[in-house]
Amino acid sequence: MDALTPDQIAEKAQHMRVNIIKMLAAAGSGHPGGSLSAADIVAALYFGGVMDYDPADPDAPGRDRFILSKGHAAPVLYAALAEVGYIPEDELTTLRTLNSRLQGHPDSKKVPGVEVSTGSLGQGFSIAAGLALGLRLQAQEEGTTPAHVFTLTGDGELEEGQIWEAAMFAAHYKLGNLVAIVDSNNLQIDGDVADVAGLGNISAKFQAFGWRTIEVDGHDIKGIITALAAATSFDGAPVCIVARTVKGKGVSFMEGEAGWHGKAPDEEQAAAAIAELEGGC
Amino acid sequence: MAQATRAGYGETLVELLEEGVDIMAVEADLSGSTTTAKLGAADPDRLVNVGIAEQNMIGVASGLALAGKVVFTGSFAAFGTGRCYDQIRNTVCYAGLDVKVAPTHSGVTVGADGGSHQMLEDVSLMRGLPGMRVLVPADYRAAKQAVRIAATTPGPFYVRLGRAPVPDLYDADVQLELGKSYVLREGGDVTLVAAGVEVSEALKAADLLAEEGIEAEVIDVFSVKPFDKPTLLASVEKTGCVVTCEEHSTVGGLGSAVADIIGENHPVPLERVGVRDRFGTSGKPDELLHLYGLDADGIAEKARAAHARL
Repeated sequence: MDALTPDQIAEKAQHMRVNIIKMLAAAGSGHPGGSLSAADIVAALYFGGVMDYDPADPDAPGRDRFILSKGHAAPVLYAALAEVGYIPEDELTTLRTLNSRLQGHPDSKKVPGVEVSTGSLGQGFSIAAGLALGLRLQAQEEGTTPAHVFTLTGDGELEEGQIWEAAMFAAHYKLGNLVAIVDSNNLQIDGDVADVAGLGNISAKFQAFGWRTIEVDGHDIKGIITALAAATSFDGAPVCIVARTVKGKGVSFMEGEAGWHGKAPDEEQAAAAIAELEGGC
Repeated sequence: MAQATRAGYGETLVELLEEGVDIMAVEADLSGSTTTAKLGAADPDRLVNVGIAEQNMIGVASGLALAGKVVFTGSFAAFGTGRCYDQIRNTVCYAGLDVKVAPTHSGVTVGADGGSHQMLEDVSLMRGLPGMRVLVPADYRAAKQAVRIAATTPGPFYVRLGRAPVPDLYDADVQLELGKSYVLREGGDVTLVAAGVEVSEALKAADLLAEEGIEAEVIDVFSVKPFDKPTLLASVEKTGCVVTCEEHSTVGGLGSAVADIIGENHPVPLERVGVRDRFGTSGKPDELLHLYGLDADGIAEKARAAHARL
């Protein structure tokens, strides 16, 4: 995939946000907050030129992989897959309806470009670690360079024990082809992450587990791409990019509001959100 | 001769590797006990030890499966199914991955370790999962067949393996099949439907019953899911009564599966041998089989009861 410019990627991200609002409003349920907070990260991944994949073939051998560990942010993934061309854009508004491929949480048996089903938190991160090891073994056998595995987690998701089991594992096995990105929007369903079950310093935790870490503004496209490029140039240890984000980013009445974690906008709210997002393009 | 079903695990993985299957095992610090260490000895890259972290064991196995590997998981049945049930459900089964859950140390025959380690709900948990196939081998050779079938059939499997030696029942060249039960003794008075270590006990019970003039038919349910309904129904149509025998809770395991099938198709008197909504306890395997009524005497007693209801 050829890289777009940061401005072009920012436009993609805004367009993805519009689609996120449209599909959630059509569905009448779903998770806007964490989809919007991750839009710039996901757009930078798919269009920043670091993740290597083939827009014509979601199953291309040797491709880099992306696993959305925070599966409830399915709308941001579907919006990105529509931009890539793996699914038609007009299918997006079938989200969460009977007979749609676009399940409430991503289903890899149904949707091209979804590497594995996620939704139960903590699991995608752990799968990503196993996949990174598997791709490294495959590359050893073939005498090639291992593909990279990118996984996106929420900060609330880091409360899952499986994350830290996998973090220990990834460092022990020196999975230099694994890049985790934390969408650190500071909110979870029941409120501030710091109030619910505070994580402390996320970077320090990952460092203590043997990872390299990079902190970045999760809405600075250029900064995210720089971080991704740095992460993939490291070898010998997994890298965690802690991306500071705003939950609900781009829709002023959703920004920083835990109440918009898992609630769809009504028609009027959706119209206001889309007007604001399109005005901001 | 008697060998544990777990003894067939690691050595079959090595055989499959030598035959060219792209096989791996992910273990949670119990590779010596489960015998997956044998695969690691054959090729260190093929055994991934995640440490004492069963949830990550399933996650890593799933990732390796996504990279094209056929992956077996280890640990003890209590932890290798119970500690990571959600990972098996939401990753392995929901995504339909090539992960073969094959922990060892199922049932009360774990022995001295006690109730925390004697898994009696694993078949119930695993057979409830859409897409999961459940094999419960009755001896060492059946265990080797189960591992082989799981490795060479795409998608999720659960293979139930045990710690204690059980008598050899099958010939060295036996070929068992997914979805099949096997009639190991024919009889016309009562059907004993057994799985795992209980098959040997059921055969001994059939000897006891024969002395009393009751001819028992003994069926080994090698494949609990999918279940071989025709073999079961043909037998109960002949005998008119059935006893299920499982080293497992009577809630949700073999007894429940058989009750479902005969209830829907051919209702006959049914008695169940199994652990009645209880945890295990420390003791020797044979003491525990007796305590919970899982031994030949316990099975014979239930068989007499079933036969008396005719």
